[in-house]
Amino acid sequence: MTPFNVPPIHLSGIAPEITLMIAAFAVLFIGVFTNDRFNHVVQPLVATIGFGIAIYWAVVSWGIARTAELQLSNMVALDRFAIFAKVVLAAFGVLTVWTARDHLSTHHLRDFEFYALVLFCVSGMMLMAASADLIVMFIALETFSIALYVMVGYRRDELAGQESAMKYFLLGAFSSAFFLLGIALVYGATGSTNLYGTPGHPGILSFLTGSSALDVGLLLLGMAFLIVGLGFKIAAVPFHMWTPDAYQGAPSPVTGFMASATKLAAFAAILRLFDVAMYSLRWDWRPYLIGLAIASMVIGSVVALVQEDVKRILAYSSIAHAGFVLTGVIAANDAGVSSSLFYLATYGLTILGAFAVVAAIGGRGERRVRLADYRGLYHESPLLAGAMTLFLLSLAGVPITAGFVGKLVVFIAAIQAGYWWLVVVALAMSAVAAFFYIRIIVVMYMSERLEPLPEGGGPAPVVLGAAGRAVVGVTALATIFFGLIWGPLIGLAGHATLFAG
Amino acid sequence: MSLPAYFPILLLTILAGAFAVVSIFVANRLTPRRWTDVKVEPYECGITPEEMPERERFPVKFYLVAMLFIVFDIETVFMYPWAVEYKALKAFGLAEMGTFIGILLAAYVYVWRRGGLEWAE
Amino acid sequence: MESFSHAPLYAQLAPIVIGLPLLGATILLVAGRRVGRASGALASTLLSIAFVLGVVSFFGVTGHGSQIHLWSWVPLLGFHTGVDLNVDPLAIVMVLVVTGVGALIHWYSLGYMAGDPGYPRFFAYMNLFAASMLLLVLADNVLLLYVGWEGVGLCSYLLIGFWFERPSAAHAAKKAFFVNRIGDFAFLAGIFVLAASLGTLSIPRIDASVSGGMTSGLATVAALLLFAGATAKSAQIPLYVWLLDAMEGPTPVSALIHAATMVTAGVYLIARVHPVFEFGAASLDVVMWIGILTALLAAILGAFEYDIKRVLAYSTVSQIGYMIAADGLSSYSTGIFHLAMHAFFKALLFLGAGAVMHALADELDMRRMGGLRRVMPVTAGTFLIAALAISGIFPLSGFWSKDAILAAAWAQGQYAIWAIGLAAAFLTAFYMFRLYFRVFEGPSHVQEDLHPHEAPRIMTVPLVILGFLSVVGGALNVPGNDALERFLDPVLGAPAAPGAVTDAILSAVAVAVAVIGIGTAWGLYMAPAADARRAALEHRFAVLVHVARRKFYVDELYGYAFVLPGKRLAMWFDSLVDARIFDGAVNGIAAMLSGSGEQIRRLQTGFVRSYAAVFLFGVMVIFTVLILRVAVT
Repeated sequence: MTPFNVPPIHLSGIAPEITLMIAAFAVLFIGVFTNDRFNHVVQPLVATIGFGIAIYWAVVSWGIARTAELQLSNMVALDRFAIFAKVVLAAFGVLTVWTARDHLSTHHLRDFEFYALVLFCVSGMMLMAASADLIVMFIALETFSIALYVMVGYRRDELAGQESAMKYFLLGAFSSAFFLLGIALVYGATGSTNLYGTPGHPGILSFLTGSSALDVGLLLLGMAFLIVGLGFKIAAVPFHMWTPDAYQGAPSPVTGFMASATKLAAFAAILRLFDVAMYSLRWDWRPYLIGLAIASMVIGSVVALVQEDVKRILAYSSIAHAGFVLTGVIAANDAGVSSSLFYLATYGLTILGAFAVVAAIGGRGERRVRLADYRGLYHESPLLAGAMTLFLLSLAGVPITAGFVGKLVVFIAAIQAGYWWLVVVALAMSAVAAFFYIRIIVVMYMSERLEPLPEGGGPAPVVLGAAGRAVVGVTALATIFFGLIWGPLIGLAGHATLFAG
Repeated sequence: MSLPAYFPILLLTILAGAFAVVSIFVANRLTPRRWTDVKVEPYECGITPEEMPERERFPVKFYLVAMLFIVFDIETVFMYPWAVEYKALKAFGLAEMGTFIGILLAAYVYVWRRGGLEWAE
Repeated sequence: MESFSHAPLYAQLAPIVIGLPLLGATILLVAGRRVGRASGALASTLLSIAFVLGVVSFFGVTGHGSQIHLWSWVPLLGFHTGVDLNVDPLAIVMVLVVTGVGALIHWYSLGYMAGDPGYPRFFAYMNLFAASMLLLVLADNVLLLYVGWEGVGLCSYLLIGFWFERPSAAHAAKKAFFVNRIGDFAFLAGIFVLAASLGTLSIPRIDASVSGGMTSGLATVAALLLFAGATAKSAQIPLYVWLLDAMEGPTPVSALIHAATMVTAGVYLIARVHPVFEFGAASLDVVMWIGILTALLAAILGAFEYDIKRVLAYSTVSQIGYMIAADGLSSYSTGIFHLAMHAFFKALLFLGAGAVMHALADELDMRRMGGLRRVMPVTAGTFLIAALAISGIFPLSGFWSKDAILAAAWAQGQYAIWAIGLAAAFLTAFYMFRLYFRVFEGPSHVQEDLHPHEAPRIMTVPLVILGFLSVVGGALNVPGNDALERFLDPVLGAPAAPGAVTDAILSAVAVAVAVIGIGTAWGLYMAPAADARRAALEHRFAVLVHVARRKFYVDELYGYAFVLPGKRLAMWFDSLVDARIFDGAVNGIAAMLSGSGEQIRRLQTGFVRSYAAVFLFGVMVIFTVLILRVAVT
């Protein structure tokens, strides 16, 4: 019997994840031993404190991560890239919790389990951003996916929610199968599932630096499967079909969370996998990602033109945005990584704010989500309409908003890498996309509200609680702030190009 | 990794598949068929069969119980190899298993408090 | 580059000048309903204060001015770009035009928009428009300039479509937006070419390093791309069409777009980055010819239009053509001079037309007007001044500025340009006075139930101020003194000018041509039996010959040479360029996009199985490519 040696265990790399898990359990425990009134007040605070401690752990390791390292038998990376992603993810989590609070009470849904799900979910996403091994990456992917399936169908008594949860689940399982197969093929090719590899332990990076670039055929096949699996999570065309249905049927706070956090987590994995581990294979993966990027930008922008449902418009817009971020990934340079991170962070804040507004307008059962329902919003609630205008302008990439800066830095990175023609396509598509954002804006400023519905007794006035107002305010301020003063954030994103391994 | 290394697995797969197909086919052809009422009834351990819900849906509680069963089933599966290698793993193994069971226990408490184990409303 | 605290006073005022209308827009967008009736006064006051500050800056700025650094934007990617303002003479002249004329239009709107349900929203957009334009002219780097550029486009969209209940307004707004997007696209591409080859986004640095940093051919490409952007913003061939439909907005909006902001952006842009154009010299010829041909074409089209606002719109296109041509002739300060003078009289013309519409319940057809001078003396008087100014009658403002452009063409030996410019000047005088006579003179054709009245004081006072400026504005740059030109010289370089004697002769010719144009209009619309004569002209050749034997030989020559071919040309352009090609292109692209959107949407069946099928299709494509690539290598 060979003696078993305990491997060194450093938990600093996954301290934020563990914190969120503990917070989730705390939420569940407090939830089942107290009453709903108490929960409604205390639980968002518990979740927020959990996120706060997670951010604290992440921030204190920023200094340590000056020399990035691999921990837990090379399974998890502690580097500034992961830390940046974790802090942003935690921020998304907090905003989601507070947006959801109003929404859940409007629908008389028990809310503490929702907060626990958000905590579990963000924990998985953080692990995804930090994973240095494909198996860990898969576990993280499933952790947040399963929580998301539940969140999408959280309004259980509604058919639309159930349908979209079912679709998301089935297709998600489908894509997970591809992802797993990709892991198996990579293992078959390199003898390891590790992204980096150390002396004595092979990994993708060490395999690629060691091999003569001839026998990588099997690895290429595995790479293609991984692209499929991750392409599903970022909602890139043609793996995007679930997106409009799931975004439409899910409660708006969840939709915002999916568009911001899921995208960031999946892109973090993509950046680490392709721009770092498989960097020397860039001439092999670039064609596929370019294809996905162009298809996403074109189809996302064009199909959004004919949508009448605001949530679907934003769903297609998120498909197009995945294409824009991919141009940064394709650049595969430091500027590409930092600009993608910046883009994802600012896009996430903007889209969370936008969906907070959508949730507020949607009212009970989210029946007011058609374009026509936004008529005259300005006259009813000028601040809400103003905030939404800001979000839409940012999504359209109009200057002095964060969205403009994001596009700018991503495109400059792509140009530096020589992909100016891809940028031309992206510019043309952002010109097309401007139309449907402006369309929503114009409708909001139309003079009068829609006639009351005959059966429903007319639309209820837009109600937005203090929490929702705070979320909209914070995201709106962030959207304009990062549009004016983007230096600091992009500086941090620049430091976040430091990868372990 | 050369393909010949996987050859035995491939052979086993083919053989297993062939065995299943052949035995079903052979049984189907060779069986004498003499139906009686009792024979076509669903087998229910000797109890008089209940009226089966045909196109109706099962209560979701069945699935809940099934899933809880699987969770604890897997717990047992994990515990078995740990028990076998208990001495080699020493305190580390104990701590790991303690964490594992602790998490499951927490889930158990949650399910219990939320009424997941109660059959009737 | 100086920090804010170390900059001279006049430069420190610049951010405040931008900030005031921006503040107004923010207040009105957020709390417009609470401000209510006061919103117009608030917006107008803020912009007026901005104008006063602009005047203070004007007296401070000298030489190359001062570049101030407010805060850093992106310390990464090799581009050190910040929110930096370039407060130099050129920018200040533009600031004065934007805030001065803009403020007058704002005050006028207090009367014009009174009672409109969207009153606060209107002033919010107007202030935002002014702020964007100010940012555009004060920007120190192309990125910030692009911010203003986009902002102007966005505000014009919102203002043109202000009455979006009307389908035509919504359509016009869409068209303006679409055309401007085409221009923005080219403009951005031009910026990228410059940034990629020069490694800087700062305009002064681009101007300084262009001749050393890139090949002349590449500079030509960049210049042409920027110019394509300018043609959209400044409504030049072939992208001028949006401006005519832009009449759907409230009239003060037209005044603001046409006179003070937006359309002048292209002229300004070329002047601002003129070293790029100078270095890519071939581009200047393109600029010059596009400009002068636009001037002529729009003048021809304007002579056949009955809608008073559309006549004025053609006139804007035509006058901007002159300015663009001046840029093409490397006479940038002359172009800016005409831009400023044009701002005065074009604002006046539009506001006057607005007053007429105000009096006649939004009537636009000049055939149902006439004799309005008797009831609207102030409007008529100021309108007449503006018409004389735009026609280039000595000594009004338009005379000095237009004359300077024609003189520059002559001095450079571009006699064809000079001749075309002269022809356009003739037509300008003709159509302006055709408009004036039909609207304000002669018998009244106003509908019976309308009782026209003079506009309220809040509207006439701006008219009088603008009228005064239209008269004396030329004093800014009288030959021999050339105050404006010398002011702009450090930035734009001295334009070519012919000798004093030649200049005097050329001026005399130009004035003569304008007078003939006015006379033609008088003969066809005012003189005894003008109606008959016109009817005769319209009865084509037989009658034409009959009239030709009579006294008006010049009229008949004009009729023979211009009316029919001109009308045909006008109709041809109208139908072909406007409707078939352009509208066709707009609608076609829009239909194609939304059509393909529909097609793709059909794939979105809602069935998981078809989603999985699309998913698998994607996988198959990836594998096909993979196999092909492996097979090839």
